[in-house]
Amino acid sequence: MTATWTLLTLLVIAAASFPLGRARALACAGGDSCALHSLPRHYGWASVLLTLGPALVLFVLLEMTAPATPAGSLAVVACALVALAWALRRMHPGFRARQTVERGVLALLMLAACVAIATTAGIVLSMLFETQNFFAQYGWREFFLSATWAPRFQGDSDLGILPLLWGTLYISLIALVLAVPVGLFAAIYMAEYAGQRFRAIVKPGIEVLAGIPTIVYGLFALITVGPLLRDYFAQPLGLGSSGSSVMTAGLVMGIMLIPFVSSLSDDIIAQVPQSLRDGSLGLGATRSETIRQVVVPAALPGIVGAVLLAASRAIGETMIVVLGAGAAAKLNLNPFEAMTTITVKIVSQLTGDGDFAAPETLVAFALGLTLFAITLCLNVLALAIVRKYREQYE
Amino acid sequence: MEDTLTEAPGTAADTTKITVRGLQVYYAGTHAVRDVDVDIPAKAVTALIGPSGCGKSTFLRCLNRMNDTIPDARVTGEICIDGEEIHDARVDPVQLRAKVGMVFQKPNPFPKSIRDNVAYGPKIHGLTRTRAELNEVVEKSLRRAALWDEVKDRLDAPGTGLSGGQQQRLCIARAIATAPEILLMDEPCSALDPIATAQIEELIDELRNRFAVVIVTHSMQQAARVSQRTAFFHLGRMVEYGDTGELFTNPADPRTESYITGRIG
Ligand SMILES: Nc1ncnc2c1ncn2[C@@H]1O[C@H](COP(=O)(O)OP(=O)(O)OP(=O)(O)O)[C@@H](O)[C@H]1O
Ligand SMILES: [Mg+2]
Repeated sequence: MTATWTLLTLLVIAAASFPLGRARALACAGGDSCALHSLPRHYGWASVLLTLGPALVLFVLLEMTAPATPAGSLAVVACALVALAWALRRMHPGFRARQTVERGVLALLMLAACVAIATTAGIVLSMLFETQNFFAQYGWREFFLSATWAPRFQGDSDLGILPLLWGTLYISLIALVLAVPVGLFAAIYMAEYAGQRFRAIVKPGIEVLAGIPTIVYGLFALITVGPLLRDYFAQPLGLGSSGSSVMTAGLVMGIMLIPFVSSLSDDIIAQVPQSLRDGSLGLGATRSETIRQVVVPAALPGIVGAVLLAASRAIGETMIVVLGAGAAAKLNLNPFEAMTTITVKIVSQLTGDGDFAAPETLVAFALGLTLFAITLCLNVLALAIVRKYREQYE
Repeated sequence: MEDTLTEAPGTAADTTKITVRGLQVYYAGTHAVRDVDVDIPAKAVTALIGPSGCGKSTFLRCLNRMNDTIPDARVTGEICIDGEEIHDARVDPVQLRAKVGMVFQKPNPFPKSIRDNVAYGPKIHGLTRTRAELNEVVEKSLRRAALWDEVKDRLDAPGTGLSGGQQQRLCIARAIATAPEILLMDEPCSALDPIATAQIEELIDELRNRFAVVIVTHSMQQAARVSQRTAFFHLGRMVEYGDTGELFTNPADPRTESYITGRIG
């Protein structure tokens, strides 16, 4: 409560410092704004920054050491007032307010970047901590190399990641094999061939599709795609009689990713300059030759990015897998067999009412960290590909 | 290739390659080209001059139907190349553009290597049989576009990494590598230094032995140097068209006269 009031007071002081600083600078220049080094509003912003900056730093420091004491709040407000007085003293026409504002903007942007990095680091650290606890009780060799996943409540479980990893990769692969070509071709059609009116109707439609919650796709997998695949493919081919299967989850996940891939790629393709198309058409290339040899290569870094985003989503997807592929951890090649993924097992290990300190629960963190490492590698790979490509073509 | 068939330049310039009758081009709101009638000779260079925005590029883009790619451009009137109406349903714009090459006003190299930029046309039209032959075409085109010496050591570097003037010559090399019958050049020397300009003008003069060349230029001297015919455009109309020497020394229209003497434009 005191913290909120302190912050509100700071805001009021900051709001007041803008007109004060501005007026002070103008007054020093005898009311002639042309005599100032910077624009009048720069002086206003500079006083805001000079007032708020030190007070906020103090506030954060105090909050971290001794949270929410009235004395602390008073100190912060006093600091702001002193800073304001000092800032106003500096607001003479020769003061380089514009540069101060520039530095303030830079600091703000850097702060935002740091928050993003710091939260990621925090997440990884907390995962690392629990993972360490897990490996203190369970050998890493069994975890990474064992091909059986069989947790038991009374302890003595087999917690091998391989069946889960296999399920994750298998389902994601099927999803991407469906989503990437279909999504990309749809994007090319939308960006290069479709008329204005068609685009105006279909593009928002695709975006709506991209917004459907994955649980709804999961229901679709459970009640439609699963039985369909079982009755028309798996049983006639003698490949099993399971309603939930890798194929079901993969296909439905692919359907979920199509709008995702297509709307991202569509925007990217539409950004390729018309002059490149003209250049190719002007040499007597057909439209499809132009697309294949000029437009798509020019858009490739963006398309690779879109595909990898889709891959990350596929790897992290849970709901469709639970409802489409089941929860049985198996290491099998048959696509009509029920399997499961890392994410599903993370959920089921954490939601049981087992002991939190037992390896059966802690394994969730090890699984999560592995998943994180995989997607990280994927992103690094994507960056490397894009960079290599840029080097070649820009 | 067919040098033995080449007629003497004097008579060749008289055969008509492109006939334009009653050409109109409308963009969404503007009437960019009005009532243009013109006969463009084979084996000669025709220069288009006129103030900025008068419709020179638009006219040029009609000749290989590049205006088809602009959704709200509408072209009416008759354009015949070798006696064949190019708007006819039987004419494939893709084949037409292979025959009528174009160098655009803004250089637009593909995001590919220099070699692949030049090889693009020959590859898609299957003009060469072997890799060696293709390399030969690439080298020859780059030499003729006066770019070879500058890029011969970095043919695999991206074409987009060249300077503006080098890109312009790369686009010229790319256009001539396809061996078109007619070459449309929209201000091909606008970013070139005097030396490169002279080399390109030499190329244009050489191309005239086999191709019809239509060139847009803002330089009167260049028009006078390279062309046999000159057309003066003003506000979408073709005001005057005739022998270059005649048009520059003795213009019939007062607007032409004031443009070439620098009073309007
Ligand atoms: N894509 C387009 N959409 C709409 N209007 C256009 C388009 N391209 C050209 N115009 C209009 O058509 C007219 C003629 O343009 P054009 O590009 O042919 O001029 P230009 O003679 O080539 O000029 P410059 O010497 O500056 O290149 C101009 O008024 C221009 O605004
Ligand atoms: Mg132009």
